[in-house]
Amino acid sequence: MFADWPLLSLVVWLPILGGLVVLASGSDKSAVEAKVVALLFAIVTFLVSIPLFTEFDPGTAAMQFEERRPWIPGWNIYYHLGVDGISMPLILLTTFSTVLVIIAGWEVIRYRAAQYMAAFLFMEGLMNGVFAALDAALFYVFWEAMLIPMFIVIGIWGGPNRVYATIKFFLYTFLGSVFMLVALLYLYFQTGSFSILDFHAARIGELPQILIFLAFLAAFAVKIPMWPVHTWLPDAHVEAPTGGSVILAAIMLKMGGYGFLRFSLPITPDASAALDWLVILLSLVAVVYIGFVALVQQDMKKLIAYSSIAHMGFVTLGLFVVYDIVQYNEAAGQPALAGAAIGVEGAVVQMISHGFISGALFLCVGVLYDRLHSRQIADYGGVVNTMPMFAAFMVLFAMANAGLPGTSGFVGEFMVILGSFRANFWYAFLAALTLIVGAAYTLWMVKRVVFGDVTSDKVAALKDIGAREFLILALLAVAVLALGLYPAPLVEVMDASVARLLEQMTRTKL
Amino acid sequence: MFENMETVYLWVVLAPLLGSIIAGLFGWLIGRAGAHWVTIIGVGVSFFLSLVVFKHIVIDGAPAYNGTVYTWMVAGGLPIEVGFLIDKLTAMMMVVVTFVSWMVHIYTIGYMHDDPGYTRFFSYISLFTFSMLMLVMANNFLQLFFGWEAVGLVSYLLIGFWYKRESAIHANLKAFLVNRVGDFGFLLGIGAVLLYFGSLDYAQVFAGAEKVAARTMSIWPGVEWPVITVICILLFIGAMGKSAQMPLHVWLPDSMEGPTPISALIHAATMVTAGIFMVARMSPLYEYSETALAVVMVIGATTALFMGLLGLVQTDIKRVIAYSTLSQLGYMTAALGASAYAAGIFHLMTHAFFKALLFLGAGSVIIALHHEQDMRRMGGLRRYMPITWITSLIGTLALIGAPGFSGFFSKDSIIEAIGHSSLGVAGYAYACVLIGVFVTALYSFRMYFLVFHGEPRMDAHTREHVHETPWVVTGPLIALAVPSVVIGAWYVGDMVFGDFFGRAIFVLPRHDVLGGLAASFHGPWGMVQHAFFQPPVWLAAAGVVTAWYLYMVRPELPGVIAARAGALYRFMVNKYGFDDFNEAVFAGGGRGLGNLLWRIGDVRLIDGLAVNGSARLVGWLAGVVRHLQSGFLYHYAFAMIVGLVALVGWAVFWPVE
Repeated sequence: MFADWPLLSLVVWLPILGGLVVLASGSDKSAVEAKVVALLFAIVTFLVSIPLFTEFDPGTAAMQFEERRPWIPGWNIYYHLGVDGISMPLILLTTFSTVLVIIAGWEVIRYRAAQYMAAFLFMEGLMNGVFAALDAALFYVFWEAMLIPMFIVIGIWGGPNRVYATIKFFLYTFLGSVFMLVALLYLYFQTGSFSILDFHAARIGELPQILIFLAFLAAFAVKIPMWPVHTWLPDAHVEAPTGGSVILAAIMLKMGGYGFLRFSLPITPDASAALDWLVILLSLVAVVYIGFVALVQQDMKKLIAYSSIAHMGFVTLGLFVVYDIVQYNEAAGQPALAGAAIGVEGAVVQMISHGFISGALFLCVGVLYDRLHSRQIADYGGVVNTMPMFAAFMVLFAMANAGLPGTSGFVGEFMVILGSFRANFWYAFLAALTLIVGAAYTLWMVKRVVFGDVTSDKVAALKDIGAREFLILALLAVAVLALGLYPAPLVEVMDASVARLLEQMTRTKL
Repeated sequence: MFENMETVYLWVVLAPLLGSIIAGLFGWLIGRAGAHWVTIIGVGVSFFLSLVVFKHIVIDGAPAYNGTVYTWMVAGGLPIEVGFLIDKLTAMMMVVVTFVSWMVHIYTIGYMHDDPGYTRFFSYISLFTFSMLMLVMANNFLQLFFGWEAVGLVSYLLIGFWYKRESAIHANLKAFLVNRVGDFGFLLGIGAVLLYFGSLDYAQVFAGAEKVAARTMSIWPGVEWPVITVICILLFIGAMGKSAQMPLHVWLPDSMEGPTPISALIHAATMVTAGIFMVARMSPLYEYSETALAVVMVIGATTALFMGLLGLVQTDIKRVIAYSTLSQLGYMTAALGASAYAAGIFHLMTHAFFKALLFLGAGSVIIALHHEQDMRRMGGLRRYMPITWITSLIGTLALIGAPGFSGFFSKDSIIEAIGHSSLGVAGYAYACVLIGVFVTALYSFRMYFLVFHGEPRMDAHTREHVHETPWVVTGPLIALAVPSVVIGAWYVGDMVFGDFFGRAIFVLPRHDVLGGLAASFHGPWGMVQHAFFQPPVWLAAAGVVTAWYLYMVRPELPGVIAARAGALYRFMVNKYGFDDFNEAVFAGGGRGLGNLLWRIGDVRLIDGLAVNGSARLVGWLAGVVRHLQSGFLYHYAFAMIVGLVALVGWAVFWPVE
């Protein structure tokens, strides 16, 4: 029934319209009305995004729900939207997370609440635009515009050191994006089109491919982020308000992974094959090095931020082991792409799952921060005595973060480790260290924060979560368990798209 | 009545899961009695249905069931499913798990009577039962790993059940992390299985074992190892974690911080035997790697002896039993190494009954003495607690392998099998397990005499109030005492020397020690008679006599020996230094490495040098350039004049062509 609706345009522009309405209606006097309007827009957008999943045809790798109109005809730029099985789940993750973030900020944000809500609605629309855009110019506009509400959120509602964090965040991501812009312009001059699908089909020489790959790498490695361009993330998280951290971790980091999937691998397959060792190396550094760094953090948000970097290492690892798998298969006399899909699909599953888990963990820290105004592990201890319900959620999400089977956190890591074993035993060996290190940093934090006897009067006076907080954590808990116990639907929608991607990324363009 | 066995299998796992969910989420609503009823009924249903399955598969001899419940995912054409493999091995495990779990549920009503976390506890142990059943009923590696980690989760939650105690939450973190070290190997093993067999399904993997046995893989350029050896050792690392084999045993003694019912259920009878079960299940793989079998045997035998020795120096009643469990798990593991899988599994079963009995007996003593666990403040309890005394004596006799008791049949079979094993390391293993018999008898009867005999050593107040525990505690003791006596004689012929397991366990003819021993097996009574001409019985007897002499006749002597053997004694009290080593090297080293990478790598180099350094560089450049913009009009005017002169000069001296 939704086949004729411009669903993608709706999920992009509805929240932006909502943001304008909220801005127009809202001052601090009418904050309640503004919040209700914001929530309504977020919920409607989420409902509108559901048919993207239910009406999706998993049998084809072609773009679906396509919309295409000329935008700047002189430059051959189109307003071109469409999703495949890789981008569609990310849009659902965005619309879902935004609802939670709006609810999470309900009572907590007292200063300019309407503007806060509006910023998240703008962000939602722009992020959906990033995932849906099939025209590179359109994509780039969304990609850069999305930063603006985020650094406003950090810069206005952030912590004491927010200016440093905002500027660092902005400069890092902006510097990376500039290289990407150059690459996109080069591709435009080569193909005469800004269509990403045309870029996929274009033949490109070896040196240009390498340069384009490096330009993309600069943009996406910062975004995801990869070692050593990751240090903006812990600072940004620490200073960001809870909602900002949730969106940053749940969605914005995924932009980097999405960029690799949509741009680097299909546009520059030969360069990706030649430089895969670099990305794999950095991924493994992320998993191991960053895991140990997370272990010694004393600030809960920093710890989860570092944990995010380590988990994103699995995304890039799963994507780039494909070339080694192909080599293994050739040596073993097996079909070239045998066993390659599981790594790529694991990477996508990991992105979705990390959206739920890291969002949930940041919300948990937010719950504590709202009460004690501290993120320091040392200020807590024995929280379970006064907040048993919260403790149950915290332990669940911590276990998910540690990759416990039955939660979503296991699925992606499991698939990527299985995939990388085929590429090289030692990749799998190093990646699997996360089983130990990831459990160590997550559960050690839980031990010091949640368990134990009450350590201070402040902890003794804590109140357990209320209905609003229960609702958002429960929704995330359901999502984490559902994806962990039955990942088949998610994997099914991406299967055809991943198969096409594998074919694109292993076919030479020289 | 049970036409559709698939429904039965499903309800075996679902009944405890439902009980757990109801007690866990709605415990506040249904109250304490509601929580224990719903979980006891859930596990009771599961036990009853397990008996139905046992009758169907074992007694009626129906063929093994192998079917899918649902497809977890299909990744790149590879289906990964959740499903059940129900053969005789599974059926036996199901009965043991649900029976012991059921007894522990009932016992918990008495033991946890005054605990504020009552409903939570029932929810956890039912969740454990579900997880353990998923593990033993799995027909593929994914589900095995799910159950494997899920029992680890519940173990974590239950060791830390009394979360206010620092020691408890230290122990549960330690248990989880040490198990994760094992799971690290286990997961890599699963990765190797998928790579070389192209499937995670048991049936397909086992069918391909012989073919894969011929292949090698390159671990390191120039180093080629047989694939099957790598897989088996990686999987066994998982078993070492879960079944607490050296050097991954360190978590089990500390796990005694948990309430006693779970020490019985999880850390003695069921979860810790998961590793034994797994290796037996994987016998079609292990049979093709003598290297892996030798590793298994050495680790098992070493654990059997050296962990038993530590039981001699413990004063906490639960810790003695914990070290005993480690030692007995070592026996089972060593049996697996000798390809005597059936004997290992048989000992797993008898041990589940008598060790659960011993733990619950110890728990009965502990509640009678108001949560006193130090044996130095016990003694003479046989007069006050007759049922606990007799059942504990039965458990102890079964543990030391007194002829006729269940433990005798299983342990003797293991020792015989190791003695006849053709592996090169069998000589060492045989010595370990023989000495282990003496050690087992010594620490067991040391505990028995210290607790139940001699003069009462508790304070007067406690002594006045000591009395036998209520029926919910003694009932399960009696129910467990029965199989501790009879199950050995009843099943030894079938399970160890017969064809009980059929195709569930695979042994190559050249490894078939049990098949060789079967020729000289003439019924359980014959085995008892034969035993008196063999060393184990006399070693056990010597252990009992030594314990009697040291703790009944000359009770001052143990202290003298400990003082004389100062360094050795301290070494043993320090548990051979494993904990200190791990704390210093792994925990301390991990934190040190993290601090190094963070403070030097991230803060100093990346942020300090690269990021803020380039920011400073830009700032410095800007500072230099800024001086040009002085704001004085005559500076700008001067610059304009210079520029103009330059432009004009350029135009004049380089005329356009």
